[in-house]
Amino acid sequence: MSIRIRCVGLAVVALAAVLLGGCATVHIPPADPWPALREARPASVLVMPPVNNTPDVEAPASVMAQAMVPLSEAGYYVMPVALVNETLRLNGVQTPQDAQQISVQRLREVFGADAALYMEVRKFGSVYRVITSESVVTVDARLVDLRDGRTLWTGSASASSAEQRGNPQGGLIGVLLQAVIEQVASNFSDRNHQVAGIAVRRLLGGSEARGLLPGPRARAVDAQR
Amino acid sequence: MSASLPQRALLLLVSLLITACATPTRTLYDWGSYPQALALHLRQAGGDAARQASLLEEHLQRSAGAARAAPPGLHAHLALLYTQLGNESLALRHLQAEKALYPEAAAYMDFLLKNARKAAQGSPS
Repeated sequence: MSIRIRCVGLAVVALAAVLLGGCATVHIPPADPWPALREARPASVLVMPPVNNTPDVEAPASVMAQAMVPLSEAGYYVMPVALVNETLRLNGVQTPQDAQQISVQRLREVFGADAALYMEVRKFGSVYRVITSESVVTVDARLVDLRDGRTLWTGSASASSAEQRGNPQGGLIGVLLQAVIEQVASNFSDRNHQVAGIAVRRLLGGSEARGLLPGPRARAVDAQR
Repeated sequence: MSASLPQRALLLLVSLLITACATPTRTLYDWGSYPQALALHLRQAGGDAARQASLLEEHLQRSAGAARAAPPGLHAHLALLYTQLGNESLALRHLQAEKALYPEAAAYMDFLLKNARKAAQGSPS
């Protein structure tokens, strides 16, 4: 046997070892942080108009619009967002605070959703640093069962435009940001809206450790989590 | 010259290694211009309903061509746009389409359809 063949043989063994070990993740079953959510299995979610705790009047509409795709992709049916807004408006609900006063029974009657997502925008916009400014968006959320009023899940997420620079995970976030930019295209090129998209995706995308669990329409693979 | 067995095995393993950990990035739904239309609608309190409706209709045709279902909410959003454009019959048809495609929406769509019928009966014709 020539030396060359023997080297190739060794490489095969080494690669096989990498291949067998490579994708395995150590699986420690975590304590279920959201037993109520797992038990309630809501299939449809009503996104309530977000409460704005920032000076930027654009914040609620931006966050509300950005919530639709990640929540749907996580496997939930999202009640048609603009139509829900219109129904609320026609019924004299003018502000997010008004909307939050509506009882869960009434929301369930009109919209028939299993759960409602209440969001608060805590930060939305520019934070000025010495040289640059960065855009920061922080959103808090609470998922409430409309059938019995129980809180099923709470979460909070942030994103910043400065994450692209000087962050070891910059590559990944860069890709995410790129995806969001493509998604919103040229009509809203403004940074806050894009950063809001990343924050909301982290919050609702069903892939973060403390994020929302995938819903019933998620692919079988994702739903096993 | 043909590759020896170990060489072929090496090639196979390398190709497995490259593909094995890749996760599929395909989304559940084909969203098209709907997220943009929604953002425009919410942020500009309306916007150009006719243009948005025609963009969404185009996307529906493309989806149908690719045998993919419309994403959740798209038909309902079209119904809203057609209501604003004064085309009640198209609006009603899209409410029905949303309900047929996504049973989760049935109660809400029925609520809207019932209100639409009431409004039609209430108005003098």
